[in-house]
Amino acid sequence: MRAAKRIWIMDNFGQRVEKFISLFQGNSADAYISDILTGLQNTVKIAVLGLIIGIIIGTLIAAVRVMPKYKRLPRVLNAICGVYVGFFRGTPMVVQLLLFYYVALPLLDINASSVAVAITVFGMNSGAYISEIMRGGIMSVDPGQMEGGRSVGLSFGTTMMKIVIPQAVKNIIPTLGNEFITLVKETSVVSFVGATDLYVAFRKIGTSTYEFMVPYLVMALIYIVLVLLITALIKLVERRLRKSDRGR
Amino acid sequence: MIEVVNLNKSFGDLHVLKDINITIHKGEKVVVIGPSGSGKSTFLRCLNCMEDPTSGSILFHGVDLTDMKVDINLHRQKMGMVFQHFNLFNNKTVLENITLAPEYIAKKQMRKLKLRRKSYGAEIKSAKQIKEETKANAMELLERVGLSDKAEAYPSQLSGGQKQRVAIVRSLAMQPEVMLFDEPTSALDPEMVGEVLEVMKDLAKSGMTMVVVTHEMGFAREVADRVLFMDDGRILEEGTPDAIFNHPQNDRLKEFLSKVL
Repeated sequence: MRAAKRIWIMDNFGQRVEKFISLFQGNSADAYISDILTGLQNTVKIAVLGLIIGIIIGTLIAAVRVMPKYKRLPRVLNAICGVYVGFFRGTPMVVQLLLFYYVALPLLDINASSVAVAITVFGMNSGAYISEIMRGGIMSVDPGQMEGGRSVGLSFGTTMMKIVIPQAVKNIIPTLGNEFITLVKETSVVSFVGATDLYVAFRKIGTSTYEFMVPYLVMALIYIVLVLLITALIKLVERRLRKSDRGR
Repeated sequence: MIEVVNLNKSFGDLHVLKDINITIHKGEKVVVIGPSGSGKSTFLRCLNCMEDPTSGSILFHGVDLTDMKVDINLHRQKMGMVFQHFNLFNNKTVLENITLAPEYIAKKQMRKLKLRRKSYGAEIKSAKQIKEETKANAMELLERVGLSDKAEAYPSQLSGGQKQRVAIVRSLAMQPEVMLFDEPTSALDPEMVGEVLEVMKDLAKSGMTMVVVTHEMGFAREVADRVLFMDDGRILEEGTPDAIFNHPQNDRLKEFLSKVL
């Protein structure tokens, strides 16, 4: 009885796979393929642009947070950055997306595509996390590096940009890679504001064929391949940056 | 040239420098000695505001450096500093270490001149010209300390003595009026102390104003015009090397010398 059931399940699974493959041979094959490609493109676009915006915002915030605070301006900036980081780390990404799309956009009377909104929110969100990663990186650099720069008359900002941050970045590449991977996977929440990502593309296939098992399996595989590619990329970047290290 | 008036420095409850008054003249070589924790390094670091004094003032050419409105970066260009742990930029080659600041600052000045559209007779140089000039100057200085073959090396590939010589050159490239040395030989292997002291002696002969915190009594005796003995945040005795080393007056100084000589 049990054996029979197992055979039935396997048969059934085989049929489902065949059905999924046949989708790409039928009349609407082009539609499915273009859906998946759009989804893949959007997922990568949101993650990559989000990361770039995040690195810029994060570096700026981190630099503000490690500034000496004798004068008033750094203190004010520091407080603003504190609120920013508090908000973006304190609320779920989905909530931020919804707030942006359904509250901020109408209030500010801006027309923007859901993908553009997703990129902005992902950038601002990862900026908050990266600022703390970057701050850790900056603090891991010997304070003597800053003193060396200041002693020859370079300003705090110049020394930060030319000496400290390049060394900090080298130290945080592995953690930054983590953040990138998280971003790629978290793009699956953009369906909340109606953007097409990988998850939406495969959900569409599922709903039109009443068959979810294989599409979601394939979706998971694509995510894994994406992450493996990123991991390889990070290793490459890391090796390039280790140029000035001992014993190369 | 540098006038220190009623300088006080506290780290929290710890009162490190107590009412220090001293004037350093142009061309003078001042060596500061004293036991560890006596405040000599802090004193030196206050001179270019690397540590902000708690009270008192540092007058450099009559300008109070402790004033928050003063652009400290401008004045630090004229006050070179050499650290115990070298503090070379690890992500830059030796040559880049030396040219970074002069090149950057010269380019910034050119931009300012161009912006004003009036050069007041000053020569406008192109970025390329500036780059070549600072590089030539750096190579010349490296030649002087015998390290021109290391121009393309990274700091991590140098020995301690070589690093310190590069650090001295990095400061000199800014054409400073005074050089501050914060225990420049304390982190070096004994064999490498000589090569660094040799460079410092050459510098002294060229007429540079120098303030040196050191434990090298031989160097103090040979080079100093004036020796300051510090303990417990105060200058307890000052005088010529002969007076300090051969005829010490203060009991604490006598005790210190009996231990180190």
